[in-house]
Amino acid sequence: MHDKTVTQLAAALKSGEFSSRELTSHFLQRIEKIDAKLNSFISITAEQALTQAEAADKARAAGKAGRLTGIPLALKDIFCTQGVKTSCGSKMLDNFISPYNATVVEKLNTAGTISLGKTNMDEFAMGSSNENSYYGVVKNPWDLSAVPGGSSGGSAAAVAAGLVPAAMGTDTGGSIRQPAAFCGITGLKPTYGRVSRYGIIAYASSLDQAGPMARSAEDCAHLLNVVAGHDVRDSTSVARGVPDYTETLNAPLSGLKIGLPKEYFGDGLAPDVEKAVRDAVKVYESLGATVREVSLPHTHFAIPAYYVIAPAEASSNLSRYDGVRFGHRCDSPDDLIDLYTRSRAEGFGEEVKRRILIGTHTLSEGFFDAYYTKAQKVRRLIRQDFLDAFEDVDVLMGPASPTPAFDLGAKKDPVSMYLQDIYTIAVNLAGIPGISVPAGFAGGRPVGLQILGTHFAEAQLLNVAHQFQQVTDWHLTLPALAEENA
Amino acid sequence: MQWETVIGLEVHVQLATRSKIFSGASTAFGAEPNTQACAVDLGLPGVLPVLNEQAVAMAVQFGLAVHAEIPEVSVFDRKNYFYPDLPKGYQTSQMYHPIVGAGEVEITLDDDNTKCIRIHHAHLEEDAGKSLHEDFHGMTGIDLNRAGTPLLEIVSEPDMRSAKEAAAYLKAIHSIVTYLGISDGNMAEGSMRCDVNVSVRPQGQAEFGTRAEIKNVNSFRFVERAIAFEVERQIELIEDGGKVVQETRLFDPERDETRSMRTKEEANDYRYFPCPDLLPVVLDQAYLDHLRSQLPELPADKRARFQTELGLSAYDANVLSASREMAEFFEEVHRVCGDAKQAANWVQGELSGALNRENLSIQNSPVSAHQLGELISRVLDDTINGKAAKQVFQALWNGQGKSADEVIEAKGLKQVTDAGAVESMIDQVIAESPAQVAQYRDSEPEKRGKMIGYFVGQVMKASRGTANPQQVNGLLKEKLDALL
Repeated sequence: MHDKTVTQLAAALKSGEFSSRELTSHFLQRIEKIDAKLNSFISITAEQALTQAEAADKARAAGKAGRLTGIPLALKDIFCTQGVKTSCGSKMLDNFISPYNATVVEKLNTAGTISLGKTNMDEFAMGSSNENSYYGVVKNPWDLSAVPGGSSGGSAAAVAAGLVPAAMGTDTGGSIRQPAAFCGITGLKPTYGRVSRYGIIAYASSLDQAGPMARSAEDCAHLLNVVAGHDVRDSTSVARGVPDYTETLNAPLSGLKIGLPKEYFGDGLAPDVEKAVRDAVKVYESLGATVREVSLPHTHFAIPAYYVIAPAEASSNLSRYDGVRFGHRCDSPDDLIDLYTRSRAEGFGEEVKRRILIGTHTLSEGFFDAYYTKAQKVRRLIRQDFLDAFEDVDVLMGPASPTPAFDLGAKKDPVSMYLQDIYTIAVNLAGIPGISVPAGFAGGRPVGLQILGTHFAEAQLLNVAHQFQQVTDWHLTLPALAEENA
Repeated sequence: MQWETVIGLEVHVQLATRSKIFSGASTAFGAEPNTQACAVDLGLPGVLPVLNEQAVAMAVQFGLAVHAEIPEVSVFDRKNYFYPDLPKGYQTSQMYHPIVGAGEVEITLDDDNTKCIRIHHAHLEEDAGKSLHEDFHGMTGIDLNRAGTPLLEIVSEPDMRSAKEAAAYLKAIHSIVTYLGISDGNMAEGSMRCDVNVSVRPQGQAEFGTRAEIKNVNSFRFVERAIAFEVERQIELIEDGGKVVQETRLFDPERDETRSMRTKEEANDYRYFPCPDLLPVVLDQAYLDHLRSQLPELPADKRARFQTELGLSAYDANVLSASREMAEFFEEVHRVCGDAKQAANWVQGELSGALNRENLSIQNSPVSAHQLGELISRVLDDTINGKAAKQVFQALWNGQGKSADEVIEAKGLKQVTDAGAVESMIDQVIAESPAQVAQYRDSEPEKRGKMIGYFVGQVMKASRGTANPQQVNGLLKEKLDALL
């Protein structure tokens, strides 16, 4: 069962090949047996999952099943889930049981999906390797000595290892696409405002966006159908109709204009990654697409701009973790300042503290204009680069990451870690959607092809990715771990 | 040396919205601690603010009422600081692009002259919760019911030159927001509080002196007292060779003094930046026109109309337009009786006196505007005389009767104007007062006018107050003179 896509599992549930309870038990057993090697889950909600599965089976028997009724999923531990620990990968929230559900969780529940648990992640979504979690590192199912990418590393590893058919992640600077690439799965970061952020623990509010991570683009389309849409509780979600993203998956690609940003093929790109990406582009040419080089001239400003804006917002968003109302509180504080200082010093990890300090500094009087105001100007230029490019081409293609998954512990210096996100970060600054699809291997580790579209072009991205997956089988190639039986 | 005082006010007005500025929780005052704080007010992980449209409308109405520019776009910013009753670690406010731009307010001074006080801007923000230091045995309790209550902070230019002007300005703001119905203006419950910026400078000097900010003054009286103390403190300090430092001070009404809270050097760096969870507020002309069309008549307009149309004095017009309740009461009395001067006299005289004696506000007056209007009508149409009218008022006040007519009937206070009946009473009084009649007859003619008062009093007594004193006076004069 665990080698099937969501689309295949939905068909099997519909035809009665197996029940949701059987399917759910199967995945729970796999998690129990295999996840010790990966550490991809922070919480496993087996009891609740089985109850949900039984309800799904009853709904199906009563003729009330929707397309995804009874499909097991996992949620990055950044989505607030009522009655379930929602830690955000941090000691700070190790004791936090959310009293409410995120809108995404509500929508998935209404659609009848089953939540198996909460997946591991970099603390507060800050990281590109999943090495910053209070709950320990996550390992890459393709190679246990490699990182799974981050920050949605747990979601990516769990899907790749066949511990769950699909998962929800979030992406602030590449946190869906890069781990999807590293783990050989498909991951979509929707347009900013496409999916409600209500109940998603904020890292950088103007950049955060939730999206699906699954084996195929088709699976992502099914999930996006459920989670997309305007939410009155999120003012930044956009009031715009949600199409059925599965309906346009099979549109032919003849005449599709692909742009290859020259800045995405420069220094620092591993040759075997470049080869895999260029081979993928050739597949598109064989499907009738035309290819041209384009330029995104402000690309090299993306990382500096991001590391001003995201920490600035984070420094403010994380102020609520003060030990007063919820979360970690230090033992016997002497006074208020001691309560604040020790609770935060003990509750936050090193990378989170680093970004809070950066953000606090860049927002300070005398520095604000030089950093924050300047970064916002750069952000507008970066966005304009993309809009200009989309005047000439339909989609942009390039690598999701300059290298395949690196070894655990390989990147000790934060800046070299930050540079990992060179191809993904500008996309968040511009607010456009992007998808990473498996496109081969480099040194035995997966390579992701990143496809970018203009604002609200999710249907087109899913169509372009799906057509690739109709003629390639990279997305169906599973790591040895996934072949293991529970 | 002659010193000049310079004052600017920041007035925080709690807007009378049903729910909070960024959440659906109730804003009602006085509930059990933390029963009116939802996930958003508690600042739980993952929650997001949604702007209350009613708060925007109220802020804009205030802007229109003070003839302010209303910018097309305004933006919410985060003011970052840690405090236990500030759940998110930041207050959502408007630093760079406030919802209301420059405007002006007219205040009335003691000599009935008016002065224009410029408003720099007004911005929307959320209130914090409350820290409770009593009853927790050395610990602090946090009540977040107030967290997220919408506030409009109205920032004046430093245009006031005395404590009295500052109080008059605060009253004018109070009157505008209560007229608009955008705040209950209840200062005791904290619906209006103000920070006062005070400095002094030698008379004639162009530059401002260094100012001190007095935080959280919450009554008209305290504003005057706090300023009076602070001005004296600053002048003494300078005259003794010292220097005023820029600082935040607290007014202690018990000791009638201000005390230093923190100096500028200790001030927070609030790290303001635009709140990424809220979209800029964009207001189009049609929306502004719609709100403008909904504005009630405002105090300044009413004051002017009371003088020009109703012929009231500047003083009367000012008193009667001071609050919306007072103005509405007066206008109803006037509508019923048709005589503005009489209505003004009764509302400011008999009614206000009675209200003050029993410490009642005009909304809780036992005598309704309609009842008072009818009562005045009965004086105007000579049904009762002025003395009886006071009796009727007292009866209505005590709840003895539903209307003036009912009381007049029940107490037999109707004025006797039937000349025959009055004449017979006069004849009787003359017949029973031979000594006084003789005295009248023997008096010098110029002194007789004074003597007639005795006879009038007797006749009024005989009529149990129901005779018309003027009529009695006229008839008596005729009859007595006929005896000469």
